[in-house]
Amino acid sequence: MKDEVKLQHFHAPVWSEPIIMEMGCPGERGILVPQADEETKKVVGEAESYIPSNMIRRIPPRLPELSQPQVLRHYLRLSQMNLGMEENIEVGTGTATMKYSPKAHEMLVRMTQMTEIHPQQDEQTIQGILEIVYQLDLFLREISGLDQFIFQPSGGSLATFTNACLLRTYHASRGELNQRNEIITTLYSHPCNAATAKAAGFKVITLMPDDKGYPDLEALKAACSKRTAGLMITNPEDTGIYNPRILDFTHIVHDVGGLCFYDQANANGILGITRAREAGFDACHFNLHKTFSSPHGSYGPGCAGYGVTQELAKFLPVPLVIKKGDNYHLEYDLPHSIGKVREFFGNIPAVVRAYAWIRSLGAEGLLEAARVSVINNNYLSKLLLKIPGIVRYYDENVFRLELTRFSWEKLKADTGCGTDDVRRRMVDYGLQGHFMSHRPWIVPEPFTPEPCETYSQKDIDYFAAVLKQISHEAYTDPERVRTAPHNAATHKPNTASLNDPKKWAMTWRAYLQKHGSQGD
Amino acid sequence: MMNKGRNIYPYIPNSVPEIKARMLEFIGVSDADELYGIIPEELRLRKKLNLPEPILSEAELRRHTREILSKNRSCEDYLNFLGGGCWQHYVPAVCDEVNGRSEFLTAYGGTSYNNLGRFQAHFEFQSQMGELLDMDLVSVPTYSWGTAAGYAVRMAARLTGRNEVLIPRTVSPERLAVIRSFAGTAPLAGHVQIELIDYDPKTGRIDLENLKEKISDRTAAVYIENPTYLGIIEPRGNAVSELAHKHGALSLVGVDPISLGLLAPPSHYGADIVVGTAQPLGIHMHCGGGTIGFIASRDEEAYVAEFPLFLISITDTIVEGEYGFGQCTFDRTSYVGRERAKDWVGTVSGLWTITASVYMALMGPQGFQDIGRAIIQKSQFARKMLSEVEGIEIPLGPQTFKEFVVNFDKTGLTVRHINESLVNYRIFGGKDLSGEFPELGQSALYCVTELHTREDIQKLVSSLKEILAQ
Repeated sequence: MKDEVKLQHFHAPVWSEPIIMEMGCPGERGILVPQADEETKKVVGEAESYIPSNMIRRIPPRLPELSQPQVLRHYLRLSQMNLGMEENIEVGTGTATMKYSPKAHEMLVRMTQMTEIHPQQDEQTIQGILEIVYQLDLFLREISGLDQFIFQPSGGSLATFTNACLLRTYHASRGELNQRNEIITTLYSHPCNAATAKAAGFKVITLMPDDKGYPDLEALKAACSKRTAGLMITNPEDTGIYNPRILDFTHIVHDVGGLCFYDQANANGILGITRAREAGFDACHFNLHKTFSSPHGSYGPGCAGYGVTQELAKFLPVPLVIKKGDNYHLEYDLPHSIGKVREFFGNIPAVVRAYAWIRSLGAEGLLEAARVSVINNNYLSKLLLKIPGIVRYYDENVFRLELTRFSWEKLKADTGCGTDDVRRRMVDYGLQGHFMSHRPWIVPEPFTPEPCETYSQKDIDYFAAVLKQISHEAYTDPERVRTAPHNAATHKPNTASLNDPKKWAMTWRAYLQKHGSQGD
Repeated sequence: MMNKGRNIYPYIPNSVPEIKARMLEFIGVSDADELYGIIPEELRLRKKLNLPEPILSEAELRRHTREILSKNRSCEDYLNFLGGGCWQHYVPAVCDEVNGRSEFLTAYGGTSYNNLGRFQAHFEFQSQMGELLDMDLVSVPTYSWGTAAGYAVRMAARLTGRNEVLIPRTVSPERLAVIRSFAGTAPLAGHVQIELIDYDPKTGRIDLENLKEKISDRTAAVYIENPTYLGIIEPRGNAVSELAHKHGALSLVGVDPISLGLLAPPSHYGADIVVGTAQPLGIHMHCGGGTIGFIASRDEEAYVAEFPLFLISITDTIVEGEYGFGQCTFDRTSYVGRERAKDWVGTVSGLWTITASVYMALMGPQGFQDIGRAIIQKSQFARKMLSEVEGIEIPLGPQTFKEFVVNFDKTGLTVRHINESLVNYRIFGGKDLSGEFPELGQSALYCVTELHTREDIQKLVSSLKEILAQ
């Protein structure tokens, strides 16, 4: 950061937009629906005559009644009070890889040959989609070294659940499910690994990090036994530190008869650098909405490519997309399959975007994306470590890969302003407040930036300059930081009522019941 | 690093060699490879990935991909009668406009300060769905109807402390497969046993006698769908709920909300937890990419405590009269509780949640009544026209909503053959049920929505007549 960065002035749009339930007037229509013509009506009569009388709705739903321009205006205003990654330098949302999703790919997935496709059409009429699914499977095989991928999970956590289901079926097929009911994960693996393993019925053993931040190998040895169903582990972990003993981990788990699953939801720093197969893994997943550029869509739909070795392919959820001669085919005949984890065979728009992204880069480009994301991260780290109040935990002798776990612990001690205060103050500078890291907060006052390859050197300088400015404010005018945001679309919410059954309201009707029609 | 032969990528600003060199110098290394020093050499991939050569220009890439996708035949190119969990309804242009907005499309989680729009739009989804369902508590939706049902089954087991759930055999097999994954496997912890209940072969309705035989004090819940997968409007929801409650079990109902302008919502016949999809509400089929599933219940503390999903609550802020939003009891979720959480939540269906919110606001109460009427009249017209074709029978019903079973046994032809023939007429015939419901013989599930015209149905009928005459 050679030149002084000039911070831009920002204020979010403030619309004080009413709730849609308060809007409109009785009788207004937002859209009209094609009706049965007179001839049809003459033949069939009243619709109600086909409904059992006790199944006829007597009181219409109390939905709002608005005309179309007013509905559009409302939701456009709401969109203005939302901050996409395209509108900000979203380096703060670490572990999520807020990568640019090329607009050209968006145009492709909005073609009617994508949007107006039913998943159960005759296979001959969806050869284009099946070809792309198949090709992406081949690409991910090469990137991971594994042998077969599916795209049924429409989120990363559903992929880890898929894995837990597969472990269940695998051990049941060997008659060992009675005995193997434990899954091992690490504290700095994504929390969905622990949560989905538990939801699938397993007991979860969590390995704590050692004082340098590495998952403890001795603890793994102690945890492994004939009760071990498998290992579910992220690498690099949420600290950005790559676990160099990962091969030992997989050997130890394999030695006791467990399977090893690599959570590669975020593989952005290691594309073309290192793979699941060489590290000894039996299965892995990639989030197409992180590493492979599909947009996050205000919390989904995402899509995960979940892949396994040849030995485990027979357990995958159905259908598989396979190639028979020149034709692509949906294969349902998998007697050992775990069944399904979601309807149909994937979030296809995300698959197409990932395909297009890989095709736009090729092998060299993927490697370049990985290397630049790691360069960006280490560049940012060096900038951030010069900022008063920021410290970094764990091994100081190694470079982090695509992201880094930092702490505002010192700032908190010095000024009283912690990570949540900084996060709110970032909003005033037009940045998405940084991700405060997964719980539990072993590192106090944590934050985890991830400056993926989308961001330019100047973007990163700007991001660092904002944090430097906020640090300066905390030391000179902490009240300004504590009471932030000041330039946002809204102000600090009353969070106590979110946990109070007498006050919380997930619907407008519940709100009216609990707070009265005046909202007081 | 000043390699002039290297590519510069428009999506990777720091692929410019001079910039990269400056950054590496600042970091204090001479080559990016040094940053990977922690990875053991035996794990380093020292070969180039075997991927196709890149298509570097946007123009060529777009053409390449468009040409592949153009091999598809869409339901606008062909006349479509497939439904069964993914339906072709009209998607208002405003829905596409809003979900194409960069601010929604490219945001992720974030705070309610930065992302007030999403918080409010999701709350508005919950509020409007609450009106359609006549219920006070609706979640931010999850991945799909089947996954929502899977979570609901587990919620019911936790709420009752029991581990058996009864489901009529008319449930969608696709959804049932998902529910089974969620229900788990004995002997692992939290496993829920799924028992199937028979249906009346004449009407397609649930066999209440069989339900009475199977329900017991081990039953956590009875889960029915209405309209059923086979299109039947089930009139005995009340009897099912009463039976469930009599045995201390919960009543779970899966519903297609497009029906709720005209059909009574499950809360009117005793449902405790309601699940369903919002895909018909303004979301394209996307070859199955448009799935989304919600969970609703009474607004009671015990229920809230068992929800795995995000629940957005309205609240106030430090400014008088200003609405705020936040996560209700966020500590329930797996983001905080890890394995102690109530199942899990993650990246789900946020963009579709916003889209469905827009759809409900556009439609209003009259729109939902109109679409319900149009669907019933058009699908009943199709039923009637098809039933008049020699060799075709309509076995179940007659009270069906938008889907119905068409039987071809007397034609001597398989559904597979008929559907393959229909493709030549640019028609996608109904879903082949012969594998899923062998007792129905050569039957197909036909779906008729508001989009079908009388001429479309006549074209189907005349095409079928030609095929059957061959």
